[in-house]
Amino acid sequence: MDLVNLFVRSIFIENMVFAYFLGMCSYLAVSKTVKTAVGLGAAVIFVLAITVPINYLLDTYLLRPGALSWLGAEYADIDLSFLSFIMFIAVIASMVQLVEMIVEKFAPALYGALGIFLPLIAVNCAILGGSLFMQQKNFIGISEAVTYGLGSGIGWFLAILGIAAIREKIAYSNVPAPLKGLGITFIITGLMALGFMSFMGIKL
Amino acid sequence: MAKEKKYNSAKEEEKKQEMILFLSDSEEKESFLSRANRKLLSDPLDDNNPITVQVLGICSALAITVQLEPAVVMAIAVMAVMAFSNVIISLLRNMIPSRIRIIVQLVVVASMVILVDQVLKAYAYDVSKQLAVFIGLIITNCIVMGRLEAFALGNGVWKSFLDGIGNAAGYGLILIIVAFIRELLGSGKLFGFEVLGHKGATLADSTGLYALGYENNGLMLLSPMALIVVGVIIWVQRARNRKLIEEN
Repeated sequence: MDLVNLFVRSIFIENMVFAYFLGMCSYLAVSKTVKTAVGLGAAVIFVLAITVPINYLLDTYLLRPGALSWLGAEYADIDLSFLSFIMFIAVIASMVQLVEMIVEKFAPALYGALGIFLPLIAVNCAILGGSLFMQQKNFIGISEAVTYGLGSGIGWFLAILGIAAIREKIAYSNVPAPLKGLGITFIITGLMALGFMSFMGIKL
Repeated sequence: MAKEKKYNSAKEEEKKQEMILFLSDSEEKESFLSRANRKLLSDPLDDNNPITVQVLGICSALAITVQLEPAVVMAIAVMAVMAFSNVIISLLRNMIPSRIRIIVQLVVVASMVILVDQVLKAYAYDVSKQLAVFIGLIITNCIVMGRLEAFALGNGVWKSFLDGIGNAAGYGLILIIVAFIRELLGSGKLFGFEVLGHKGATLADSTGLYALGYENNGLMLLSPMALIVVGVIIWVQRARNRKLIEEN
């Protein structure tokens, strides 16, 4: 039951885009058409669902204060948490490289469509943000970390899918010239975020 | 004979031109704050602003703008990280194999961010608690990586340093404008000081604007308003500077 709660929370209530503004750069840049948005969203779900648990293991058994106590009593007071940024980003960068190779091999069309944005997943704030929030939340057990990673990935996917669909339609409407493109996208995202706020306070 | 001489002199002239080009490319012949270098500093403030034009680095720009103080600290932190990582990458630019450059860049940026994080924890603990994960997220702040890719990999050290400072200033400018609007309208304060007067329990206890029945707009404190404020800033900027208007 707790896992379901966490899953729903991470998709709707603590949505990466609408509550924390993470991954906004690629969210704004790749959301012009639904097709590319779906591709990038799927890649983000995949990478988040893998990197959050791996980083959880790293954090629990290597980085947090006292994490090295499994090596012996004399290591119990070592605190390596200042290394967490660099370790997390290294894991993320290598996972993204892996995903890039897999996509290139099995879905060349998608690879061509995503282009520059696939390597940019490595610097997508949502991915590192997932790991950093995971560290802050003190999860017990890897199943919670997997659920959280998957949930926040799906939340990001929903957000980019929504904005891409709206942008496809809005191309036909008469937006004031200075507001075209980026400006109107910001404002629509703000309104979508207001909508997502209505999930707040829901208890499962 | 005369023709040949002419040809020769033309060739020499060409060589001279090439030489001049070559010299102006190298840095020591250019004064430290020449026009081109000043443009590197001033361009990102308006025409080429990282947030409103290049669409980079929005993630952190929005989440920490509820109050001015964390926004200012964040702007300074980003400036330090950008300037120094630009310098380091620019020094290493001829040694980095292009296939693994992203990982090299990430490692450099991550080390700079760790330094900044430790300094903040030591000297500004309260703000560092408030910023929480967002200091760490400077690593993946797209402006840092974007400028490394687009500028530092192909330019000299001093230029890259200026580019880093300029872009961080453009980023900080938007951050501070948004934080100013949100803190002023949302909680009636600036840097924590009650500039609009004190709000008491009743109308009679209040001073300043609150005595006239003014109320804070709580919506400004919520995250969606940050997006809408940035949207409006973009609108204003593009209405003033019409060459930035997009096609679609």
